[in-house]
Amino acid sequence: MIEFTTLFYGSALLFGVLIIICALRVFLGPTTPDRVVGLDTINTLVVGSMIALGAAMWETLFIDIAIVYAVLSFITTLFIAKYLEGGED
Amino acid sequence: MKRSKAFFSTFLFALFVYLFLTLAAGQSLATESPWSEIIWSFEEIVLGISISLLVAAVTNHILCRKRNFRMMNPGRWVIMLAYTIPLFFEMAKANFDVAYRVNTGNIEPGIVKIDPDLKTDLGVTFLANSITLTPGTLTVDVDEEKNELYIHWIKVGEDPTETISGRFVKWIKRFAE
Amino acid sequence: MTLTLAVVVIIILLYISWIFNGLGTMGLHIFPDVYTRLHAATKCTTFGTMFMSFTVIAYSTRLYIIEGEARFLNMAIHTFIALIALLVTNPTGAHAIARAAHKMGIKPAEAVKDDLEGADLQQKKPVMMKKKDTSNEEGDK
Repeated sequence: MIEFTTLFYGSALLFGVLIIICALRVFLGPTTPDRVVGLDTINTLVVGSMIALGAAMWETLFIDIAIVYAVLSFITTLFIAKYLEGGED
Repeated sequence: MKRSKAFFSTFLFALFVYLFLTLAAGQSLATESPWSEIIWSFEEIVLGISISLLVAAVTNHILCRKRNFRMMNPGRWVIMLAYTIPLFFEMAKANFDVAYRVNTGNIEPGIVKIDPDLKTDLGVTFLANSITLTPGTLTVDVDEEKNELYIHWIKVGEDPTETISGRFVKWIKRFAE
Repeated sequence: MTLTLAVVVIIILLYISWIFNGLGTMGLHIFPDVYTRLHAATKCTTFGTMFMSFTVIAYSTRLYIIEGEARFLNMAIHTFIALIALLVTNPTGAHAIARAAHKMGIKPAEAVKDDLEGADLQQKKPVMMKKKDTSNEEGDK
């Protein structure tokens, strides 16, 4: 039988493959907001794979880092969006 | 007076988050009771109170910006928690909807204006986030004076205000106004 | 690992998370413009990562009930807080990107209607910019 640890490592690997597919959109995307959308998706997937790795290795610290990563990537997205809007307000 | 109330509510919020994060961290090893691993030790509580005081001193002008303390009422928080249940089912529907559109490419997008008739900033924020998480709709912009939302709708239909926001507004009015 | 009910539920939650994350990534490449891509990316990956969190919460709670060590419960609580952080931040980020795209002048592809085009939006002055005078004492408007 497969253990849960293997399943969680496997889901982290799957999320890694999905991150590479999203990175294609970052490279291809015709306009700048398209690239930002790809980046935002990558951030969410990184949080998901951190949670999976934390469960696989039994490190609660990974999940704390996932919380901080979620908030910081949100702030990054907001700043990029603000920069794209232009600086009149 | 208002300032001290803002300080106190920020302090309570920070303390709650701190205690929730350190619940069951297994710190008080000295006692023998079965709860000793679950509840906090004395040192943990002292540290939590001092950190929360620091946080409240720095950030009380951000959390309670309008000096309106209706969210101090715990009943509103209970309703807010209950609101997550209908929101969850709407989210599930949204995902099957997106799955359908990914596979068939059946889209007819447009940007529509809705007037949800909410007064507070918190209510508009909750409504905008709920709309983004539910089927086929995405908040694009907001008119902050008239509280009107502009929604990107993936399949434009009739009567946008009622179709998009009718399900949420009656819930949100209960806790945000 | 024997197949009890709890194990089956955990595995089903894990598969749902894989399926929806995959769908979100697919939608990112299939849809024609930035707004529809945001639909797929935001909803599906938020839902998928939410179910990843549910999986870890269910897994840790099951181990806590079996083994009774507090560190398993601690992990469930931290995962719950990560879930709340995701649920609050993700739609707001999507909203910021959509607004920036529209302000840059990108039109929705194949659009049948655009109410925002040429609309006159009013914005409040940010409260942080005010001087420290009586405005703090007035209360809500």
